[in-house]
Amino acid sequence: MAKYYMGIDVGSVSTNIVLMDENNNVHYKKYMRTQGKPIEVLKDGIGEIETLKDDIDIIGVGVTGSGRNLASIIVGADVVKNEITAHAVAGLDFLPDVKTIIEIGGQDSKIIILRDKIVTDFAMNTVCAAGTGSFLDRQAIRLGIDISEFGDLALQSNNSVRIAGRCAVFAESDMIHKQQLGHNQADIAKGLCEALVRNYLNNVGKGKEILSPILFQGGVAANVGIIKAFEETFGEKIYIPDNYDVMGAIGVAILAKEEVKKTGYTKFKGISIHKSNYNVNGFECEGCSNVCEVIEIREDGRILARYGDKCGKWSNSLESKDSKLA
Amino acid sequence: MKITFPHMGNVYIATKAFFEELGQEVVPPPICSRKTLEIGTKNSPETICLPLKIMTGNFVESIKKGADTILLVGSCGPCRFGFYSTLEKHILEDMGYNVDFIVFDPIYEGIKPIKDNIVKVFKVGSIGELIRAGKLSWQIIKTADYITQLSNKVRAYAVDSYQVDLIINSYYRQIEKVYGGEETIELMNKTIDNLNKIKLDNSKEPIKIGLIGEIYTIIEPFVNLEVERKLGHMGVLVEKSLTPTTWVEHHIAKFPFGSKTENEKYRLAKPYLETLVGGHGRETVGSAIYYANKGFDGVIQLLPLNCMPEIVAKSILCNVSKDLNFPIMTLILDEMTGEAGYLTRLEAFVDLLKRRREEKSVG
Repeated sequence: MAKYYMGIDVGSVSTNIVLMDENNNVHYKKYMRTQGKPIEVLKDGIGEIETLKDDIDIIGVGVTGSGRNLASIIVGADVVKNEITAHAVAGLDFLPDVKTIIEIGGQDSKIIILRDKIVTDFAMNTVCAAGTGSFLDRQAIRLGIDISEFGDLALQSNNSVRIAGRCAVFAESDMIHKQQLGHNQADIAKGLCEALVRNYLNNVGKGKEILSPILFQGGVAANVGIIKAFEETFGEKIYIPDNYDVMGAIGVAILAKEEVKKTGYTKFKGISIHKSNYNVNGFECEGCSNVCEVIEIREDGRILARYGDKCGKWSNSLESKDSKLA
Repeated sequence: MKITFPHMGNVYIATKAFFEELGQEVVPPPICSRKTLEIGTKNSPETICLPLKIMTGNFVESIKKGADTILLVGSCGPCRFGFYSTLEKHILEDMGYNVDFIVFDPIYEGIKPIKDNIVKVFKVGSIGELIRAGKLSWQIIKTADYITQLSNKVRAYAVDSYQVDLIINSYYRQIEKVYGGEETIELMNKTIDNLNKIKLDNSKEPIKIGLIGEIYTIIEPFVNLEVERKLGHMGVLVEKSLTPTTWVEHHIAKFPFGSKTENEKYRLAKPYLETLVGGHGRETVGSAIYYANKGFDGVIQLLPLNCMPEIVAKSILCNVSKDLNFPIMTLILDEMTGEAGYLTRLEAFVDLLKRRREEKSVG
């Protein structure tokens, strides 16, 4: 029976699952669109593993991403880690002497600075998604082109159009004006790639010392237009890991491996969890002026966790420590 | 006259007791909540800084409870806080509320307006009575800050950090029910006793983080998304660079010379920022260096979106961080109450500090 470690990254745009062996080789990876239904997608993903590989033993599970707490309640994770640490671990595993990691995902973009294999600094986009994948997604829809063709289109351009990248809404109206002026799509696509890179460096990378080797990961690393824009800006080669789109899941699987080695057992609830029914209910607690939004997760009718209340009235009424998340 | 004031962290505890001691009616604003924020954002200018929005919410909620006079301290620095009172008055008027605003401007704006205001607000028989109530509320401010600091410390060392929350929550609930200075102090002492009873694990060596930034954001837990609790549960020892106690010491008790620590922060900030930029911009820069010198593992700057002085400080902090090789993270706070993103940043920052410490102890 093959033994695997599972890494799950529940992000805002995508949910990724990987299975990794003892030597950090990825044997299975699944990239799914979250579409606002993290539980459903997670169940489908795990269900698929059961049908594809019937002879497996999962000996450790890690979860990361903005939905990590929710995912942890459902699968029973050994490690729950934030995305930054997870991405750094995976980046180091791919390129041990990496000094800068650029990570651009759906809603978040990050820069991670490493020196001597240690994270010494990081930054994340602050209050807006203008420097992230959603920005590109949105503009691609506006241009009427598929996001997967976006990068290639940008590469066809010889001169780019300057587009305001500071804010997604400004960018959109600026782009429309440039279209009306008659600029062609390729030039606009290139302009958008450059706008994203500019915004990323001004906003996220500000004040950080970017040294090579530079690793570029996250869903946006699939976009050749962005890669080229980065390379032109830095005048350096940018490394893209083989599994650039599931690096968070890989990182957390590595962390799960370390954790399980320490504890000697896994908390994983088993692969058949996808057969259970999960219900999530939200309600507003009227107990005091805080009016907290309390969230309740049920597994086949049994309350699995409650969280979201500031005072602990609801989360403390359960035994499990997992519920005290908020 | 029914007096109300903005809700700022635990300041209301002392203010409430102060007026109750003077035998006056006060309507303390309800604790900041989502509703406060909702009222505030709906009725304030879109791009104004967050504290004004919350305060608008506070005032409306208090007025609905019967308040007719609003008490506010003023400022005349470059920061927009100086014009809060005027703006708030117009906002409330537009909403159809007619209330009195009493603004205490800094002493160097002239003694007379302050005297007039004191007569208007306090309506006391003797100045002795005022001083007695003042002393009592000063004691309450200090104790309230002590409780906050103690709870942060206990959280970092406790075997079960959630016990702290239970005690603190019940303290906040009961504070609304007590009347006057004596009962308030009694409740506070009981809370301190309870906190001291929590089982500690003194073998822990918690990561130490200083919270820096503008005072309102640091002391108001709703606005900063209870960052102290969150860090405390991660086993971090948190210290706030500004508290009501330090503010009163610097601006009132030690006027016009200022307190020792605050003056030191000005001195530390000097190589980076020589002058006043309004709000607490200069203190923010100074505090970062102060905590670096004190051997803290890192600092977190709390920046309410659009706060001019803090934006100035933020861009300077990049250099401070580089020069001193000291981790500084900025959290920008606004209407967003989706806390998952903030948790990610805090967790990652604590992870980073832990690994730095391990590295130091090895190499």
